[in-house]
Amino acid sequence: MRIGIDVGGTNTDAVLMDGERLLGAVKSATTSDVTSGIVTALDALQAAQPFAPAEVAAVMIGTTHFINALVEADRLAPTAALRLGLPATASLPPMVDWPQRLVGAIKGRAYLAHGGHEFDGRPISALDEAELRRHAGDMAANGVRSVAISSVFSPVNTEFELRAAEIVAAELGADVPISLSHEIGRVGLLERENATIINAALRELAAGIVDGLAASIAGHGITAPLYLSQNDGTLMDVGFARRYPVATFASGPTNSMRGAAVLSGLGTCAVVDIGGTTTDVGVLNGGFPREATVEVSVAGIRTNFRMPDVLSVGIGGGSLVRGLEDPTVGPDSVGYRLTEKALVFGGGLLTATDVAVAAGRADIGDRSRTAALPRELVAAALERIAADVADVVDRMRVSADPLPVVGVGGGSVLLPDELPGIGKVHRPENFAVANAIGAAIAQVGGEVDRVFAIEPGRRDAVVDEARQEAVDRAVVAGADPSTIEIVDFDEVPIPYLPGNATRIRCKAVGDLRIDSPVGSGS
Amino acid sequence: MTATITGAGLTEVTVDDLVDLARGAAVLGTGGGGDPYVGRLLAEAALREHGPVRLVAPDDLPTDACVVPVAMMGAPTVMVEKTPSTELVGHAVTALAEHLGITPTHVACIEAGGVNSTFPLVAAAQLGLPLVDGDGMGRAFPELQMVLATLDGIACTPMSISDEKGNTGVLRTVDNRWAESLARSMTVTMGCSAIISNYVMTGAQAKSALVHGTLSLCVAIGRAVSAARSAHTDPVAAVVGAIGGAVLHTGKVVDVIRRTTTGFARGEAVVAGADGDLVLHFQNEHLMAMRDGAPVVTTPDLIIVLDQDTGEPVTTEALRFGHRVCVLAAPADERWHSPEAIELVGPRYFGYDTDPVRVMT
Repeated sequence: MRIGIDVGGTNTDAVLMDGERLLGAVKSATTSDVTSGIVTALDALQAAQPFAPAEVAAVMIGTTHFINALVEADRLAPTAALRLGLPATASLPPMVDWPQRLVGAIKGRAYLAHGGHEFDGRPISALDEAELRRHAGDMAANGVRSVAISSVFSPVNTEFELRAAEIVAAELGADVPISLSHEIGRVGLLERENATIINAALRELAAGIVDGLAASIAGHGITAPLYLSQNDGTLMDVGFARRYPVATFASGPTNSMRGAAVLSGLGTCAVVDIGGTTTDVGVLNGGFPREATVEVSVAGIRTNFRMPDVLSVGIGGGSLVRGLEDPTVGPDSVGYRLTEKALVFGGGLLTATDVAVAAGRADIGDRSRTAALPRELVAAALERIAADVADVVDRMRVSADPLPVVGVGGGSVLLPDELPGIGKVHRPENFAVANAIGAAIAQVGGEVDRVFAIEPGRRDAVVDEARQEAVDRAVVAGADPSTIEIVDFDEVPIPYLPGNATRIRCKAVGDLRIDSPVGSGS
Repeated sequence: MTATITGAGLTEVTVDDLVDLARGAAVLGTGGGGDPYVGRLLAEAALREHGPVRLVAPDDLPTDACVVPVAMMGAPTVMVEKTPSTELVGHAVTALAEHLGITPTHVACIEAGGVNSTFPLVAAAQLGLPLVDGDGMGRAFPELQMVLATLDGIACTPMSISDEKGNTGVLRTVDNRWAESLARSMTVTMGCSAIISNYVMTGAQAKSALVHGTLSLCVAIGRAVSAARSAHTDPVAAVVGAIGGAVLHTGKVVDVIRRTTTGFARGEAVVAGADGDLVLHFQNEHLMAMRDGAPVVTTPDLIIVLDQDTGEPVTTEALRFGHRVCVLAAPADERWHSPEAIELVGPRYFGYDTDPVRVMT
């Protein structure tokens, strides 16, 4: 058995799973102190579906703590960003394009030093150890409590970041955590560095939260290992979570999509989540969300995190319906005031929910209040919704093959049984706890994302090398080797680089090897 | 008719113009030319430090002006990792000037399409010089000799090539294609990102060899898109209004094939729409659009792919299945259509066995 817990901004959900079978599910309120919220959720789960703590093999938690801390600029550590790359890069120092509010919130200090590599691994300049010691001394004098180190082309050559970390650690002591950019992001200096600085600023908070989570699990008599969900839907152990809190940022939507897919028994599908105001559409391929290929802004900071690709449209249960002949639906919505503004709740506004009730798709509020609505209007509004949602799903497809649709969220009653031009709509039960289920079923992954020089006739060998490296990383991260599969592979040639330089991204995923502790994933 | 017809004729570029300028430059990049984000940040840094840059129309240049262009050469992918410094950009110009014993009076832009729209701003701000409102192409092309100046018999060299480590070379070559191939290999040795200064011209030469008004045009395109979005009107129509030309096709990308044979982003994309399929052929830039097996527009005219809803330009690297796009064709500068120009940048140079096809306007 596994326990999956999703700590959201409002609710904490907990589920007990046996494989992909749901044994029990509970919802409770999220508390500001981590421990008591988890304890309450576990107590509620125990009451709903009694289980022996010793039979729990693993506990998986998905949490929004870290992204919320960044968005709220709360509990962030005073952080230094040290970049190795002089004489290159000086005009755009670390945090150059950040909102001032966040630079202030982390008391951000930027340092530039010599080092860095060229695209092919040659050094730009030698590391200047005395310079690094001087910078470290200044950090100590200014109360820096966490350090982010980035080096130009560190995804190609990691040596300078590793050596600089040793030097800085020797000056600042073991209490000051150091985050290295090559462990966090990919090529694209500013974006990778930004993610690393955010990670550094969250390290203190991560230590506290991870300890709190572990204590609350232990307090319940559960001795099984604890894992946290990552952005890409795979797991990290608590040691990894302490070092890479930034890897949890998008775990919420990822877990929701993966949970919905498992509930519907589909590995490759579009997940359509309809709330009060918007519809969010993501696509799962082989059980994992497709990732956005463009830079993603988090709290106004440009990063190149792996975030699930989600497309939103302004249609929800509270969307206003206007016009008679050719009605429009949304994008304005009564939102959370649905229960006072909508017709079926005694209000005077026609919403998408009223239309669904009138058509008999939902039984909410007072249906008789929709009796005066012309049938044609109801049909036309529902057709409009179906066409608009189908359009978004179609945009998210990556091929012309039919794509099953999984409808979740309170507004999913707006969807027909079949979306025009797309396919059948599945509506799983228990979708309200899809996030916690997504956490519970998570697997372990390994990934390669690098620029390879492909010599003529060696493409197959290079591809094999990349795939093997991804598999090896998954094993190190704790995957059972017999279950590992390549779930994502992509190669894109890079313009103007010599030697047929090609960026290869490859991701391998396998089931968690429960019997042994897991490593870092990289 | 040229792409410059509706350029707004700005007299200066300020920090507040840079977002619009970068967006317009990406439109003229015709799918290539590099992401202007890092270039925009560099220009922001330079303009914050030194103030706005004065723009001078080519027609207002004194005949004896000493016009010195500047550009980035190398891989945009490298530039987003090893970001150039603003000092280096100005240095490339002064290094060439010192070598030749000249005193530059104006900075100029070689390639308005993509990231190279921003480097001349950096140099002009750094050096306190005015910038000529124009460029050598009116769009983006991948090689050094592909400028109107080549057709005017203006030599690419002497040219300077500088890296951030402090290395500077000055090249003198027998023709402009040699400049491309020698500078290309030096760029690789320098780490695939270098700043170059070349095509030194007099004011009279610049008047003839530059496409007029293209930097103003970039800002005008960007502003038109921003304005259309805030007014909830069609941003694609706004781009057409700013650059001329016509919407060639509207539809959804249903297939993208990329080839790895040469290290360039070569390939084809199929856009399915109400009028059937349009096939885009690209090599960094979009170079040919075909319908029913026959080309409908080719290089040197501009083939521009925009996101249907936002009007944002879509690079050839970012094209993917499901993308709803509008394909625009806009006329290149008239001088690109002479027989000599077609030899330099026509479809056959890029390996497409067809005569050029011009956009119908």
